[in-house]
Amino acid sequence: MSPEAHSAAIGARALPSADGHEGAHPPGLAHHFESYEQQRESASLGMWVFLVTEIMFFGGLFTAYILYRSKYPAAFIAGSHQLDVMLGTVNTAVLICSSLTMAMAVRSAQLGRSKAIAGFLVATIVLGSVFLGIKATEYHHKWVEHLIPGSDFHLELEHLPTHHGKPVTSELPTGIVGESRADVALPMAGPKDIQAHTQLFFFLYFGMTGLHALHMVIGVGLLAWLIRPSLRGRFDGNNHNYVEGIGLYWHFVDIVWIFLFPLLYLVGRHG
Amino acid sequence: MTAHSDFPAHPTDFPEPIEEAPEPYEHYLNHKYGLASWLLTRDHKRIAILYLISISFFFLLGGLMAVIIRLELTTPEGDLVQADIYNRLFTMHGILMIFFFLIPAIPGVLGNFLIPLMIGAKDLAFPKINLLSWYIYVIGGIFTFYALLTGGVDTGWTFYAPLSTGYTNTPVVMVALGIFITGFSSILTGLNFIVTIHRMRAPGLTWFRLPLFVWAHYATSLIQILGTPVIAITILLLGAERIAGVGIFDPKLGGDPVLFQHFFWFYSHPAVYIMILPAMGVVSELIAAFARKPVFGYHFVAFASIAIAVLGFLVWAHHMFVAGISVYAAAVFSILSMLVAIPSAVKVFNWTTTLYKGSISWDTPMLYALGFIGLFTIGGLTGVMLATLGIDIHVHDTYFVVAHFHYIMVGGAIMGYMGGLHYWWPKITGKLYPKFWSKVGALTIFLGFNVTFFPQFLLGYLGMPRRYHTYPNEFQVLNVMSSAGATVLGLGYLIPAIYFIWSMRYGKDASANPWGAIGLEWETNSPPPVENFDKPPVVTWGAYEYHEARVMPSLPPPKEEVMRVT
Amino acid sequence: MSIPPPHGFLPNAPLFPPRASEMARDIDLLFFTTLGITVFFSSLIAVLIFYFMIRYRRRSPTQVGVYLKGGSTLLLESTWIIGPLVISLAIFAWGARIFFAAARPPPDAKQYYVIGKQWMWKIEHPGGRREINELHVPRGQAVKLKLTSEDVVHSFYLPAMRIKNDAIPGRYTTMWFNADTLGTFHLFCAEYCGTEHSRMVGRIIVMEPAEYERWIGGESPGGVSGVPSGEDLFVAKACHTCHREGSTARAPLLHGLMGKTVHLEGGQKATADETYIRESIVNPAAKIVAGYQPIMPTYRGQLSEEEIIQLIRYVASLKEPTVGEPTSAGKAADRPAESPPSQSEGAR
Repeated sequence: MSPEAHSAAIGARALPSADGHEGAHPPGLAHHFESYEQQRESASLGMWVFLVTEIMFFGGLFTAYILYRSKYPAAFIAGSHQLDVMLGTVNTAVLICSSLTMAMAVRSAQLGRSKAIAGFLVATIVLGSVFLGIKATEYHHKWVEHLIPGSDFHLELEHLPTHHGKPVTSELPTGIVGESRADVALPMAGPKDIQAHTQLFFFLYFGMTGLHALHMVIGVGLLAWLIRPSLRGRFDGNNHNYVEGIGLYWHFVDIVWIFLFPLLYLVGRHG
Repeated sequence: MTAHSDFPAHPTDFPEPIEEAPEPYEHYLNHKYGLASWLLTRDHKRIAILYLISISFFFLLGGLMAVIIRLELTTPEGDLVQADIYNRLFTMHGILMIFFFLIPAIPGVLGNFLIPLMIGAKDLAFPKINLLSWYIYVIGGIFTFYALLTGGVDTGWTFYAPLSTGYTNTPVVMVALGIFITGFSSILTGLNFIVTIHRMRAPGLTWFRLPLFVWAHYATSLIQILGTPVIAITILLLGAERIAGVGIFDPKLGGDPVLFQHFFWFYSHPAVYIMILPAMGVVSELIAAFARKPVFGYHFVAFASIAIAVLGFLVWAHHMFVAGISVYAAAVFSILSMLVAIPSAVKVFNWTTTLYKGSISWDTPMLYALGFIGLFTIGGLTGVMLATLGIDIHVHDTYFVVAHFHYIMVGGAIMGYMGGLHYWWPKITGKLYPKFWSKVGALTIFLGFNVTFFPQFLLGYLGMPRRYHTYPNEFQVLNVMSSAGATVLGLGYLIPAIYFIWSMRYGKDASANPWGAIGLEWETNSPPPVENFDKPPVVTWGAYEYHEARVMPSLPPPKEEVMRVT
Repeated sequence: MSIPPPHGFLPNAPLFPPRASEMARDIDLLFFTTLGITVFFSSLIAVLIFYFMIRYRRRSPTQVGVYLKGGSTLLLESTWIIGPLVISLAIFAWGARIFFAAARPPPDAKQYYVIGKQWMWKIEHPGGRREINELHVPRGQAVKLKLTSEDVVHSFYLPAMRIKNDAIPGRYTTMWFNADTLGTFHLFCAEYCGTEHSRMVGRIIVMEPAEYERWIGGESPGGVSGVPSGEDLFVAKACHTCHREGSTARAPLLHGLMGKTVHLEGGQKATADETYIRESIVNPAAKIVAGYQPIMPTYRGQLSEEEIIQLIRYVASLKEPTVGEPTSAGKAADRPAESPPSQSEGAR
């Protein structure tokens, strides 16, 4: 019994249906989509919705940052001053350039220019890798300087915030008989609280830039994955969703950095 | 609008088996066999079945814990299990039920299966991501299950800091990691549904022709994508404090414990709407189908779903009225909590009005829908009481709260899920279940539920705090009553489990539209073919248009009555 | 003294705990009124549903329902949006009124301190008498509790007074009540706090004022080892070396501080309440008084919560100096151990 006859026998109905293509599915069109346009729009909307979730994700960390910066401004200034503004600025420039090359890659994909796509993808990968390399260097510096949160964390005395030119410390005036001050004997110089709060700054620094770097690594991987199909002419005017979607992702990651840079590197550096 | 002349030849008031055994035809279940064809499937229908199996497993686990908890609570002393074990039991019960059962159940099983069918599509927008969602859910479940095997966590499912960061040596990070991972499943499912509903609707299917089930899942998906990332970050912060000693929440390290509560509840309150909105969507479908008329106030019900999603993000601190927030903040959150109750009330009123002049059948899915309306109304109204500041000071953190959320989660969400399973079971499996036992099951669950949880309202107002392993003698009578009810409730859940499994082997075959209902999912065979429809449909009618004489061509034209309000 | 069982219409069907204060009665009234309203509406819905289910049951297999169309939809929807909205806002207003009253202790309330720790309540009366897991209070006297915790979040719950408040580590929270019924009632911890959460319970005992006076004069129950007085601590921890008069003073004088508005570096102001004083002890860098250097060391980890409370009470007892009279700080080192400072809390 044919499916249609069977359907009728069991009471299923024949619906008025679209005059769709009855033949083989066009190349590059997934089986569950009806048209290239539907596929393209779905991919685009999907990426935008995903980016909204990323905003909420990073947003949580930004919220924690804002709350604790207003609570412990001195510690945040101390922490921010440990970061290398030069490297951070270079990284910002590198990332902005990589967004340019990414946009060029997307444009090339729309125009179907295989070699150009691959070229711009490679350029973006290179710039992204430069960013990651600089970031790795910075992280290494922080490790050497004992600024990774954990039991080894230790901010040097001379890096403490100052008040009227004098460092804010916990020393008691001399000449007091009696109590021995426990924290004077500690390996950590400086008030316990400033140490704890600066550690919090660095936790947020590593958390936010680390999460960002993770997204960059994933982005670089995705870009590399696109190179082969590009060279094979997979992308053209009808079908360039992957390049566009990943491009959107890359721009988002760039924008997150644009926010991270001033919030982390430029605290208290005016004037 | 074109009328359909070839609606089911033999519509009935209960799924009657078709007259002759059908010729075998290819559908999504027999299309391919073998484990690989299931574990590597992209078919939303098969993924729904995968979800059905895994969430049932976690429901069973969580349920077993509830049994032990209620058994312990039959006596005032802590004589069945030690305090530590008891604390782990209620914690894991909450975690498993919320994150691994209630949140994924209706969207993962019914949403996945039905949304493409209801909108006339071949699949969701991103089938591979759909499968990935399931795998992520399972992996998160494995982490949590492993933590359970190593003893479980004892912080309460709310894992407040600094208790969870500095005062327990249970595997908090492992469980938190499990929840973190599973959260991505929730996010990806929400993303998939949103894009699907926006872009994959059949020609002619405008937004206001969509079934309310789809609207409810759209609203749920909005919450999932916006809220879940926040709990992910909260878990990261929790882990940082616990592992690296970074002072975020523990005052001894320079942190703020109330900040944890804000972060936690910012997600966890919208999460409860993730759990209830899909069930409300199911109930809309059931009322329409079993009263054979459109849901009254369709637009209002659709917008109410969106309103609940939006307002749900604005009320989180009503969990913190006595947690040290200012009286002015408390007042603001109390008012907003009153507001969020209104759209739910609107739905209840609309469903009730739908029954007026309906053609009402007492089939099992309808029994569950009615159970939902009654129990959700009680749960929701006690929510209004909790939102009332003066009352909350007394009943916060008592069994009153426990009763409130169980009325909504079990009396509401689970009843909605059961009703949906019973309604769409013939579509999903192509089999019918025994009518008599299904009604016995529904009644048993309803009675058992009320005997279990109503006494807890009384206990709460009497002052019995929650999460208590031992309690003063005077609370015993009500506790025994509650535990007795729990026994009945547990048996009640066993009954459907048995006959559903029985039906897959021995149940009679179902026709394409055993209920005589309107909806695109009923326009294709039971079980549906792999690509859902023989040809993609074109929709020229609104949802639930029973009055257009399409149901039974043999009927005289129905009366269109303008309802006069005197 | 055992705790009496709750009340109810029927002897064995308790519906609510004893009401031991005016506020408890107010809250019960609010609750039962709200309950009445919700029961009314739920019954209405239930009755309607049952009626419709029976009246409109399907009579033939092919029957459909009647489609209701027309302008009445909007009218009905508006009614059942605005109606519940008005009712719930009215309930909100009533509840908020009670809540605000519960947050504002009367000026004559006596100040008690409560410290929660895993898994006991440590209570200190005005005058210094201490208890564990029990709170004796005089009838008819407003009692203000300053709560804090030594470890995790707890919650001090008195069902008979219908009130509770969280005890949060790192800060103070306040609750108050005025017991007008004699008797013994439950005290529970109502925020899950670990293994023995359900054993962190006790009693509140309301006594006649005269009896309370007799009781308060007695010894502190054994088990709470002697906590030094605030004055002794002030000397022992070297506070007096900076907080003193004279040219060697590097810190503000603390006399008359309690309740005053303090001007801070950077132009902000703070009110010197218990939380401010506690913060100044454990996190002095957080707020620097205008004109002073940020040189005070932190005492975090060096003082228990009880000791901090003693210090706060001592500072609160330091009166604004009159001209010419040496302050107690200057004499502290020379003075022998004194009896606990007299009650001066609540003077704002």
